[in-house]
Amino acid sequence: MTDQTTNPIAFVAEGTIPPAPPPANETGIVKWLRDNLFSGVANTVLTLASLTLIYLLLKGVVPWVFNGVWDASSLAECREILAGKSGACFAVLSERWPQLIYGFKYPADAYWRPNLAFVLMLVAVAPVLFFDLPRKMLIFTALYPFIAFWLIWGGTILAPLVALVGFVVAGAVFQKLGKNSFAAGFFGAIIVALVVWKIGGALIPEGASENAWLPAVPSRDLGGFMLNMMLGVTCVSLSVPLGIALALGRQSDMPLIKWICVIFIEFIRGVPLITLLFVASVMLSYFFPPGSSVDLFLRVMIMITMFSAAYIAEVIRGGLAALPRGQYEAADSLGLDYPQAMRLIILPQALKISIPGIVNVAVGLFKDTTLVSVISMFDLVGMIRGPILASTEWNGVYWELFGFAALLFFVVCYSISQYSQWLERRLATDHR
Amino acid sequence: MSTMTDPPKADFRLSMLINDTRYRSLTFQVIAAIAIALSIWYLGNNLIQNLRAAGLNISYAFLGETAGYDVNQRLVEYNSQSSHGRAALVGLLNTLLVAFLACITATVFGVIAGVLRLSNNWLVSKLMAVYVEIFRNIPVLIWIIIIFTIMTAVLPAPNAFRGENPSSSMLFDAFAFTNRGVYLPKPEFANGLFGSTALNWLLVIAALVGSWFATREIGKKATKKQEETGDRPNTTLLTLAVWIVPFVLLMIIMGLTWNVPELKRFNFSGGLNVGGPLIALWFALSIYTGAFIAENVRAGIQAISKGQTEAAGALGLRSGRIMNLVVLPQALRVIIPPLISQYLNITKNSSLAIAVGYADITATLGGTTLNQTGRAIECVLLLMLFYLTASLTISMVMNVYNASVKLKER
Repeated sequence: MTDQTTNPIAFVAEGTIPPAPPPANETGIVKWLRDNLFSGVANTVLTLASLTLIYLLLKGVVPWVFNGVWDASSLAECREILAGKSGACFAVLSERWPQLIYGFKYPADAYWRPNLAFVLMLVAVAPVLFFDLPRKMLIFTALYPFIAFWLIWGGTILAPLVALVGFVVAGAVFQKLGKNSFAAGFFGAIIVALVVWKIGGALIPEGASENAWLPAVPSRDLGGFMLNMMLGVTCVSLSVPLGIALALGRQSDMPLIKWICVIFIEFIRGVPLITLLFVASVMLSYFFPPGSSVDLFLRVMIMITMFSAAYIAEVIRGGLAALPRGQYEAADSLGLDYPQAMRLIILPQALKISIPGIVNVAVGLFKDTTLVSVISMFDLVGMIRGPILASTEWNGVYWELFGFAALLFFVVCYSISQYSQWLERRLATDHR
Repeated sequence: MSTMTDPPKADFRLSMLINDTRYRSLTFQVIAAIAIALSIWYLGNNLIQNLRAAGLNISYAFLGETAGYDVNQRLVEYNSQSSHGRAALVGLLNTLLVAFLACITATVFGVIAGVLRLSNNWLVSKLMAVYVEIFRNIPVLIWIIIIFTIMTAVLPAPNAFRGENPSSSMLFDAFAFTNRGVYLPKPEFANGLFGSTALNWLLVIAALVGSWFATREIGKKATKKQEETGDRPNTTLLTLAVWIVPFVLLMIIMGLTWNVPELKRFNFSGGLNVGGPLIALWFALSIYTGAFIAENVRAGIQAISKGQTEAAGALGLRSGRIMNLVVLPQALRVIIPPLISQYLNITKNSSLAIAVGYADITATLGGTTLNQTGRAIECVLLLMLFYLTASLTISMVMNVYNASVKLKER
């Protein structure tokens, strides 16, 4: 009893007990490993198999890369330096670098021209890709094709200037006439541009390219990765407007226009790019006026542009079909005519939906530019398979060269697809 | 009070052709028709003049002339005395062969990689993501060349199998992996029911198709029984018997023998030779397209709502069966349309065979024949016609299949 009166309660908690730490295997890295890697027999087996695979790969690749020889003049010399160790012979990359990038005929003292064109391309493309940049930069983007043409091909500056003037005059005519009728403006612009080019072409003096400030480089001297980049960039940018026109044509109410577009698109999509390149290399010259010689680069460009335009048209058609019917009806009820409705209401939305698809086509097309090596143009793959592997010094350096080509393409294509994902998030204006 | 009357019908004026929506589309189509007719006339005229200048004409007679070149990989009889048409046929069959094989393996790779990419195992899913990204972002031409290089550089030459103590040996004394291709034992029929080998093989295929139909019938019967009584009869043994008995009987009657490859003076002879270019092309196309199919499969599976998986789990299904019985059948509807275009891509990409020297139709008709005869227009047109037909056929067949698995909505 006395105990109870003096100390009636043995213990009184004065605060909450601090929570005990969870058991060691339910927390931190151990738990993560158990959940994600060893959560069952099957999972453990998979994990161990993957670890073995990674180990085997690294065991082969890491010493090969780190023992790599960067300074040698032939494969035999590489092997001498390596003295039996496993190692790469990256010397081929450093020695043949200009050939891999510019092709083997581009004049060495003119390498700064494609380099400058490449840097300017980044500047020109930036405002198209990132909307936050000042809109004034688009003026430079519009000028870029002419600058790049002049830098890479050289020759007289008058040729790109005449082309530019043609476009400017055509643009002015379109502004003037297009206010009343889109069709009048459009056809008027085309006719005016053709007239300007005809007159301007006659004005350029004969042999103006002979002693121009930038010596002219013929198209057949272009090569290497530069050729892939040029084909990729030009064909994608030309095929987007063509693809939009084809997609709209396919949706059109006019049966003749519709069927022309359907046949064109389905025909191009049904045949492999290689057969179209064969057309460019052996067949297309039969369809040009007798006596004219259109160079291979231009012919290939025409065919690749048609090829990607057909695919882009299908992507955009998907975007047009995804728009609710109400958008078309709303545009009609506002009293807009067809060109206005398309330009102001339908296309901005449809193109936004189509961006991931267009980027996919662009990546695929850029990868497909390697196919020109089959019709003996010396792009990156053509250079590797042709002049470099056939030379006595570097016969047998497969891994380093194809690894390099694969790496270049991977970097470019992966960045493009990452950009597309960023853009998709950026453009997602609907509430989710 | 005023009465409403129709406005007087305007007489037709010329300006209505461009300003009146009733006539405008007609105007545009007429302009388009004229433009097309003019350009066809212009191009055709150029073509005729160019051909006349080169002393050529359009004629397909070259298809009957002797080809004079050899093709190492062939499914039908062919030698250098055969005609160009025969060479084109050999190439055509080779294209179909590699496209067919690659479609099957690409689907297998793609489904495995796509399912594993969604695995709970962090390492495996990351590994599959790396596989998909690496293969999708590097041109297929580079992959074909790399894999062909691996084949020729890593595998031993036939003479490595020679001598007392050879550096390489044949697997089970029947399979030889060399840098010239793989040599396999070839099944042959000693006393076939028909004179020709092709007919005998057709008979085997017919027997297998028959077994497949019988298996389906057995399954249907079992389902009917299950619906009536609630018990599903065990059909495993019966199914096995239906597959094995007719096949084995046929093999015994026709006297199956294996023609095993043997090392002769310079190379293996006998057996079935699957050439290096074919294997390289097949493998490269399957692993490249597999990466694309993996993404389609992943998207298809993720399109099925999580509730389906959870409901199946609540019914007590194991994770493997959830995938097979609940998720994949629904995901298939999402996966099949992009799968069709991947199959078309494989068929079209098989034309890259020309880079490794596999004799497909682009290499025979569009390569050697074109160079020998100089009939560029005819060869390229035939080539395009073939690929168009193949593409349209594949998409037709797959669309029929797509229609059969599509959700039947009322």
